[in-house]
Amino acid sequence: MNKKDLSWKIYSLLPIILILIFLTLIPLVNIFYNSFFDIRWDDGAYVYTFIGFQNYIELPNNKFYFPGLKNTVKLALIGVIFQMIFGFLIALGISKIKRGKSFFVSLFLLPILLPPIVIGSIWRLMYGFDFGIFNYLLAFFGVFPLDWLGNSSLAFISIVILDVWHWTPFVVLLLLAGLESLPTDVYEAGRVDGTSGWSEIVHITFPLMIPTIIVTMVFRFILSFKVFDEIYLLTQGGPGTATEVISFSIYETFFDSDNMGLGSVMSVVSLFVISALIIVVLNIIRRANKYAN
Amino acid sequence: MQTKLEKYITFIGLGFFGVLVLVPFIWISTIAFKKQIDILMMKMVFKPTLFNFEKLFFSKEATFFNDIFNSLVVGISSTIIILVVCSMAAFTMIRLKIPQWITALIFLWVIVFHMLPPITFVGSWFQMASSFGLFNSRIALILAHVTINLPIGLLIIASFMRDLPIEIQEAAFIDGCSNRQVYLKVILPLLTPGLFATAVIVFLFSWNDFMVAMNLTAKATQTVPVSIATFSQQYEVRYGEMAAGSLISLIPALILTFFAQKYIVKGLTAGAVK
Repeated sequence: MNKKDLSWKIYSLLPIILILIFLTLIPLVNIFYNSFFDIRWDDGAYVYTFIGFQNYIELPNNKFYFPGLKNTVKLALIGVIFQMIFGFLIALGISKIKRGKSFFVSLFLLPILLPPIVIGSIWRLMYGFDFGIFNYLLAFFGVFPLDWLGNSSLAFISIVILDVWHWTPFVVLLLLAGLESLPTDVYEAGRVDGTSGWSEIVHITFPLMIPTIIVTMVFRFILSFKVFDEIYLLTQGGPGTATEVISFSIYETFFDSDNMGLGSVMSVVSLFVISALIIVVLNIIRRANKYAN
Repeated sequence: MQTKLEKYITFIGLGFFGVLVLVPFIWISTIAFKKQIDILMMKMVFKPTLFNFEKLFFSKEATFFNDIFNSLVVGISSTIIILVVCSMAAFTMIRLKIPQWITALIFLWVIVFHMLPPITFVGSWFQMASSFGLFNSRIALILAHVTINLPIGLLIIASFMRDLPIEIQEAAFIDGCSNRQVYLKVILPLLTPGLFATAVIVFLFSWNDFMVAMNLTAKATQTVPVSIATFSQQYEVRYGEMAAGSLISLIPALILTFFAQKYIVKGLTAGAVK
């Protein structure tokens, strides 16, 4: 190999490696480092005071973090289940129709591609107590208005509904891609044996789709841990800790209360929890892919 | 074979879910053209007005033109950087002989980073930006957007790269082309659809980002989503302007979905499960 070719290899990879080192790895190390300090912004510079594990000891006393972690897991689990059910039905429907396919695909792309903060604004208006559309409809049927975001048991459900609305289309997209790459010969064989309609879905489509369904499900589950924008705009984690999620706890501690040490500890713990889940998930995906081939 | 009944059920079902997707957008469009008093009174029949848009763009404290400009600068710059960085790296990792562990390590880390909540990194970025005097600068936000969107960019470009026929590349090498020439003259032209799909998705994700932008910018460099969120944080929520701003911020996604639906679908599925 000549020298020129080697130098291309190095400088083509250098930018991505530098970005990953300086903007992902060093920040990660920095978060670990921060977690052992009390940090204050004083006179244009950060003042670090080493306090050992004090931040870690304080974490369980924090009113928001662990309830937030619990809510995040709950939201991810419940949200994903409904997304998968609706997503599978819609994807199946789209794969069956012949005309208007691309119209429906475009329609279901919208929630994925539009700014989450706008989606948050819209739903905030729709959930409004005095002039939201939900209460307007309830009044139409003679039902008393509900405090969608202010009542602590209802607020979580409201967030789940929004989450399902927001992310079901993503599931539709992935399952539709899966459905369209299924082998057609199995269906033809099935038709010869007289399977059709419902039994075709149950006995042929669904079993063949299991790997795709599993991969989509675990992928969505992990990505659900990122939820932030909607919570920020709709409930700010409230009422109480009813809709608190980890991203919001970290944001509040780090940026609002300026407690960077504790905020870093929350980040470290979250990273550990999510990394553990990712290891499990990558294993599941590998197995599902093996099963598929 | 499908019976007629099944066909009707499918259409009615899809139509139902389609309406569910559309209703919120129709609702926000009507609000954008209502006066505050009509919004608060839940008037269904109203005289449309451009009042909210006027206030959004031309009132004394309006920043919306500036916000759009910031969003465009950040979106376009970060997209271009991602296209260059990821296409070079993907070519070298997938099409040239380099030690396997380098490729494996980069891809593994990129996928793991993609799954981690960005808020866990934003604190460090904020600290770095303020230490280098880059807080409230577009550069800091551009770098942050490059970082958060790099995984999806790399995954999409890599998946398109794997589908390119290898014969053309080999022929070019036999003709004595260097790696750089093959990248510039053979790979990039063939990769155009993939680059286009990546650009559309990465630009929209940058345009849509709220959380990172909120923490790394202040008034002068704030982007559109940050601006929209501020309408709900004042004493009195300014619903009309919030709706008008929201409606305008939907325009890039609507245009791109209309013209590039096929690429977006391909890109999103390629970038999701690999």
